[in-house]
Amino acid sequence: MYETNYHRASSVQEAVQMMGAAAEGKYLSGGMTIIPTMRQRLAAPSDLIDLRHIAEMKGIAVDGRSVRIGAATTHEEVATSAALAAVCPALCGLAGHIGDPAVRHMGTIGGSIANNDPAADYPAAMLGLDAVIVTDRREIMAGDFFTGLFETALEEGEIITAVRFETPAKAAYRKFPNPASRYAMTGVFVARRDNGDVRVAVTGAGSNGVFRHSGLEAALSANWSPDAVANVTVDASDLLADLHASAAYRANLVKVMTKRAVAAA
Amino acid sequence: MGVDGIGARVARKEDRRFLTGKGRYTDDMSVPGMKYAVFVRSPHAHATITGIDSTAAKAMPGVIDVLDGKQLLADGIGNLICGWMIHSKDGSPMKMGAWRPLADRTVRYVGDAVAIVVADSVAEARDAAEAVVVDYDLLPVVTDPVQALAEGQPQLHPEAPNNLIFDWELGDAGAVDRALGAAAHVTELKIYNNRLSPNPMEPRATLGIYDAGDDHYTCYTTSQNPHLARLVMSAFYNVAPENKLRVIAPDVGGGFGSKIYIYPEEIVCLWASKRTGVPVKWTSDRTEAFLTDAHGRDHVSTVKMAFDAGNRITALKVDTIANLGAYMSLFSSCVPTYLYATLLSGQYDIPAIHANVRTVYTNTAPVDAYRGAGRPEATYLLERTMETAARELGISPAELRRSNFIRSFPHQTPVIMNYDAGDYEASLNAAMTAADWNGFAARKAEAERRGMKRGIGMSCYIEACGLAPSAAVGSLGAGVGLWESAEVRVNMVGTIEVMTGSHSHGQGHETTFAQLVADRFGVPIDSVNIVHGDTDKVQMGMGTYGSRSGAVGMSAIVKALDKIEVKAKRIAAHLMEADENDIVFEDGSLKVAGTDKAVPWSQLALSAYTAHNLPPGMEPGLKEGAFYDPANFTFPAGCYICEVEVDPETGRTKIVQFVAADDFGNVINPMIVEGQVHGGVAQGIGQALLEGVYYDDSGQLLTASYMDYAMPRADDLPSFKVSTSNTPCPNNPLGIKGCGEAGAIGSPPALINAITDAIGNNALTMPATPEKVWAAAQAAN
Repeated sequence: MYETNYHRASSVQEAVQMMGAAAEGKYLSGGMTIIPTMRQRLAAPSDLIDLRHIAEMKGIAVDGRSVRIGAATTHEEVATSAALAAVCPALCGLAGHIGDPAVRHMGTIGGSIANNDPAADYPAAMLGLDAVIVTDRREIMAGDFFTGLFETALEEGEIITAVRFETPAKAAYRKFPNPASRYAMTGVFVARRDNGDVRVAVTGAGSNGVFRHSGLEAALSANWSPDAVANVTVDASDLLADLHASAAYRANLVKVMTKRAVAAA
Repeated sequence: MGVDGIGARVARKEDRRFLTGKGRYTDDMSVPGMKYAVFVRSPHAHATITGIDSTAAKAMPGVIDVLDGKQLLADGIGNLICGWMIHSKDGSPMKMGAWRPLADRTVRYVGDAVAIVVADSVAEARDAAEAVVVDYDLLPVVTDPVQALAEGQPQLHPEAPNNLIFDWELGDAGAVDRALGAAAHVTELKIYNNRLSPNPMEPRATLGIYDAGDDHYTCYTTSQNPHLARLVMSAFYNVAPENKLRVIAPDVGGGFGSKIYIYPEEIVCLWASKRTGVPVKWTSDRTEAFLTDAHGRDHVSTVKMAFDAGNRITALKVDTIANLGAYMSLFSSCVPTYLYATLLSGQYDIPAIHANVRTVYTNTAPVDAYRGAGRPEATYLLERTMETAARELGISPAELRRSNFIRSFPHQTPVIMNYDAGDYEASLNAAMTAADWNGFAARKAEAERRGMKRGIGMSCYIEACGLAPSAAVGSLGAGVGLWESAEVRVNMVGTIEVMTGSHSHGQGHETTFAQLVADRFGVPIDSVNIVHGDTDKVQMGMGTYGSRSGAVGMSAIVKALDKIEVKAKRIAAHLMEADENDIVFEDGSLKVAGTDKAVPWSQLALSAYTAHNLPPGMEPGLKEGAFYDPANFTFPAGCYICEVEVDPETGRTKIVQFVAADDFGNVINPMIVEGQVHGGVAQGIGQALLEGVYYDDSGQLLTASYMDYAMPRADDLPSFKVSTSNTPCPNNPLGIKGCGEAGAIGSPPALINAITDAIGNNALTMPATPEKVWAAAQAAN
């Protein structure tokens, strides 16, 4: 690791000031990606500004079917929140299967979303839940937020402070883990609203990151049943191919994980 | 007072320090004035070095010096060597290319060391290493061993045209071809044995200390055989004469073979310590470990097995290409030859066997022995072939094996080995019973109702441990003898120290060896200390690999204990005015049989050293040494049965049961033996299901971290059902065969046989990733 300066911000305002003062600063919100990257000397921020201890960015608030999760809330807190489990157990289950206990106690929802790893779990949930990404400057719909591999709509220095969403009638997440990294080789978040709207958000498989699959959404809107998936074609041409899985195999996993998520929802 | 002797389930003495973080590993060692090394490594798989400019690096903060291969060459440091000579079938010696500890002209794989930076801190050394400018002219690259042998491919070493190191054969080709021609059935198969990364928990490390006052070197290193390291560094690499070089391998956190070899870093750090005048420590990071630790396996083979009309095997023909990587590592030549082809008879009475093995240079990391070393490759080939043959012949895989078992001993195979003892049917029966083999059909039907494909597969393995005798391995090309040494020192008050030439890096020698001594003299194991891993403390020894420490290392201790016992009984007889033939060990004392006369062990030891009243002419003291050279290999064997459920929609394999029934000969500590089997089976399952080293076409390592190299985790594995049914080895005093590698040898074919049974498609290669299994299952439908 190259030398860096660590700062612990106690408010969003202070974090912004610290970033402004830094030569080449980076926000730190768990560090589950940036720290290993720095250890390999593949990143060299002059300053790390830690957002994890900002009180206003922590905690889970449930009001009826409205949920707001502070960006600095850890995966473990999401996984074990009784209030959240009562209205959206799918998100608790997703958080409880990210990484291992050490990762879940350090990593945060804001950090995961801001990083937008194409194999991360949370982006699928945000897209599937039609969540709003709240920043210190504005609110961004999840559909507009995730713009590509490790790319988001965030501007320079912009901080995610929270995410919020209305809980759907039914939702579930199923992932097939990469045998080595245990990241999602393909993960699918399905959600169905009271009005019958369906979202199918896929992570780990898209060559441009998390995406919604319109064919699966149409089929499930017409018939919310695991069987509805069978006749949908998932085009492999837009999917990732790597050492671990071909695009064709991932296309299969998209269907199988969707089917299983619907069955579990 | 109870004695934790042979056969007792004693908790490991060494685990207190390991589990409480009190282990002392090479990286824990610090000496005054010590500095830190970082190696500049080639980012290219094949290139000519046209220049190295370290001017900027040397000017950086904290930098002591930057040294390169030209300086190393000028100082007379020699090439790394392979210590086992193999001759091709045309009689020519193997074609060994030069391996410089720091490449001075050509780099041949990504990670090849080019220069060493020594600085006040690791961070400063790393900064400076990035500032060393190395100019490369890129050369074409070949990573595939089959391709490397073809005409017109990139050439790695001028000594080895077409990258061929040797073209070796074993067995009677004519007899095999005649049997194939006359066969009622021939099973043919193409077999890939995947390349593996060893991944010991502790990465390699070394601390080189040059003492100018005495012109003496000390090398702390992560070694499985410190004496061999000293020998090779003295005799071949010209680091220092043996009497001027002390090698210490303190606690070592796993080796699996990868720490047998002498690597460039030990040599370079010792040399750099002299050049810079400061002690130099280097610790590998995990990326370097993936890049430069010797890999294992990497065979491509074709096999033909001939059967007569009664389903008896009449011949086996094997053709293997083994990838040895960019350089010949220390024992790389013997792994795909004498540790592989000699085991191709397996547990079966096969009249004729012929194996042809070609070894090849490629632009990849060196390949050498990795847990099992040659025997896993032989076992996988043979047991996949047996399973395939059973399916083709339409008979039970158990019955096909049973009807071909060797049943009388000693048994001379057509491929050198003379099996001394075994009962293969006993292991097969024990495994089938433990696995409830007969209940499988019902379990399969139940799984089918859940949409899962259930399969069962077996593997009957044999392996050879404790390579020996020395004269025999010498005649086969070994550069050293494969005996072991021991010295037993009884202290004045009866505590005992044993200096062993074996080295423990996870095997539990400090417990099992102490049990052996405790058993012999009736003393508590806490009064016995096992000393190993330091060439200044321990007499010349050969180290630990090939599951040899029990069969060979403990046998040497037995020989020394025999001498102690003779002398102790003479002293006791003299003190009690009895005949030494009447002296017996009982309850921690030497007694005159049938009387109440006794001398406690501690009193006896004191008498030996006070020497006030010894038999006339006897030397004072109680200390004896021994060297033990075995009469033969030992032959552990067993039967493993694996049961899996495959999810046909995803190809995910879940191991629902794994049974291991082994014959290890006599067992000293059953708990440690079970632990060795658990670990070995986990590694074998890792190979079969998860692990694989992959390079891209330019020679870049794609699996250089745990993000891409899949190690087995606890939740990938079932609870193992292990048992032993033992036939004592007749060729060593303890009847021990060895247990360290069996799990890794026997398990891969059992797992692949189970998966291919489940999906109804025999075409599957290791590692059986979900995608491969899914595709094979789809193809079978």
